[in-house]
Amino acid sequence: MPSSVRMTVNGKAVSGTVEPRTLLVQFLREHLGLTGTHVGCDTSQCGACVVHVDGVSVKSCTMLAVQAEGAKVTTIEGLANGGLHPMQAAFHEHHGLQCGFCTPGMIMSAIDLVKHNSDPSEQEIREWLEGNICRCTGYHNIVKSIKAGAAAMRGATK
Amino acid sequence: MYDFSYHKPSSLAEAAKALGSAEDGKLMAGGMTLIPTLKQRLARPSDVIDLGGIVELKGIRRAGNALVIGAMARHAEVAHSDVVRSAIPALAELAEGIGDPQVRNRGTIGGSIANADPAADYPAAVVGLGATVETNKRKIAADDFFKGLFETALEDGEIVTAVSFPIPEKAAYMKFPNPASRYAIVGAFVAKTGGGVRVAVTGAGPSVFRVAAMEQALAKSFTPDAIKDIKVAADGLNADIHASAEYRAHLVTVMARRAVAAAAG
Ligand SMILES: Cc1cc2nc3c(=O)[nH]c(=O)nc-3n(C[C@H](O)[C@H](O)[C@H](O)COP(=O)(O)OP(=O)(O)OC[C@H]3O[C@@H](n4cnc5c(N)ncnc54)[C@H](O)[C@@H]3O)c2cc1C
Repeated sequence: MPSSVRMTVNGKAVSGTVEPRTLLVQFLREHLGLTGTHVGCDTSQCGACVVHVDGVSVKSCTMLAVQAEGAKVTTIEGLANGGLHPMQAAFHEHHGLQCGFCTPGMIMSAIDLVKHNSDPSEQEIREWLEGNICRCTGYHNIVKSIKAGAAAMRGATK
Repeated sequence: MYDFSYHKPSSLAEAAKALGSAEDGKLMAGGMTLIPTLKQRLARPSDVIDLGGIVELKGIRRAGNALVIGAMARHAEVAHSDVVRSAIPALAELAEGIGDPQVRNRGTIGGSIANADPAADYPAAVVGLGATVETNKRKIAADDFFKGLFETALEDGEIVTAVSFPIPEKAAYMKFPNPASRYAIVGAFVAKTGGGVRVAVTGAGPSVFRVAAMEQALAKSFTPDAIKDIKVAADGLNADIHASAEYRAHLVTVMARRAVAAAAG
C-alpha cells in the first residue's frame, strides 16, 4: 500500500508517495529527479549509490525510502555550494575518474572517510574504499584525489 | 521485490505484536541481508517490521563482568565504541573487519546472528566468548543458539534483544577474508577466561563450531605452538569456488594459531 514519506534532501524538505518496497535510490532518482546517485550492481556491493543519511554514508540501493522517513539525506547534488566541494574539485584536478559512473559514490564515501579521519594515509583510503568499485581506473588517481581532497577539506575548516 | 506492508514499531512489545499478527512477517534490522534477499525475490513476506525505531534494542553497556550489546547496535558503533574497545578489543576489531564502511553503518549484531550465515564473523565471537543471546522470551547460551546453515534456536515470533559477552582475560579474532565480500573463508576466535579456553571457527563449516582438541591444548599452554599439529578433518566442511574443504581445514589451524599469537601478544 502506498504511503507518504517525508525527508530533507540536500537541505530541502521533500515528500512523496511511495510503496514500502520503493528503494531510497529510486525515490531520489525517479521521484526527485536526482540522477547523480547511480545504481551499479544493485546487489549492495559496488557503492555507486552511496549517499549520506543523517551524516553517515549508506548504500541507497539497500535502504527503503520509508526507512529514511524524517532523515536528512545528502546526495552528490547537495555538495557544491557556489563552487565545487573541495573533494569534487580534487577529483577534477587529479582526474580521479574515467567513465565517471562510480564517481558520485566515491566522492560521498570519501567525504565520510574524512569526517572520521581528517588525514587518511594511502592505505587507510584503500581500505575505506572496500565498498566502492571502479572498473576503469585501477584506483590510483582516486586515491590521489581523496588525499588531496582531504587536505583541501582540512584547509577549508581552518 | 514483491510488495509488503511496512511497520515501524517504537517498542519491543509493539514489534512482537506486529510480528504475531502478520500472516508471514519478517523483522528488519539494517536490511543488509534482508533487502538483497527481497530484491532477488527469494522471500515474500506479507509484512516487514522495521526494528530501527526501538530504543530498547539500541546501546552498548558494561554490566559487571559482561559487555551487553543491543541487537540493533550497528557494526560501526561496535567498532568505534570506547566501552567495547576497553572491555573486549577483539570484538571491536572483528566488527571493524566486516564488509565495508557502508555495510558497517547499517548492519547489526542482531541481524547478523539471527541470519546465521556460515561465513559471518559475529557467530565466532558469540560462541568463542561463550556469550548469551537475549530475546524477548528467554536467554539462550551461545552453544545452543547456532543450529546449522542459516539456522538458529530462534522460534517464530522471537526477537533478539541483546547479546551479553563475558569479558575474557585475552581474546583475538583472525580471519582469512574473501577478497571481494570480506566474509570469512575461515575465521577463528580464541578466548582465554578464568574458566578455560574457547576456540570457535566460522566460515569453514555449515555453522560455527568449537575445536575441543585446541581448547584443551591451549588450556595447558596458551601458545601458537601448542596447536600447530592439531588439524580438523575436511569431511563436511564447506567447499566452493573460493576454497576447497581441504584448504579450509588447513586454514582453521593457521587462523587459530594467528589468533592465539595475537591474543597472547
Ligand atoms: C556487501 C556485503 C558484505 C558483507 N560482508 C560481511 C562480512 O565480511 N562479515 C560478516 O559477518 N557479514 C558481512 N555482511 C553481512 C552484514 O554484516 C549484516 O550484518 C548482515 O547482512 C545482517 O544484516 P542486518 O543486521 O542489516 O539484518 P537484516 O538484513 O535486516 O536481517 C537479517 C535477518 O535477521 C533477522 N533479524 C534481524 N534482526 C533480528 C532480531 N533482532 N531478532 C530476530 N531476527 C532478526 C531478519 O528477519 C532477517 O531474516 C555483508 C553484507 C554485505 C551486503
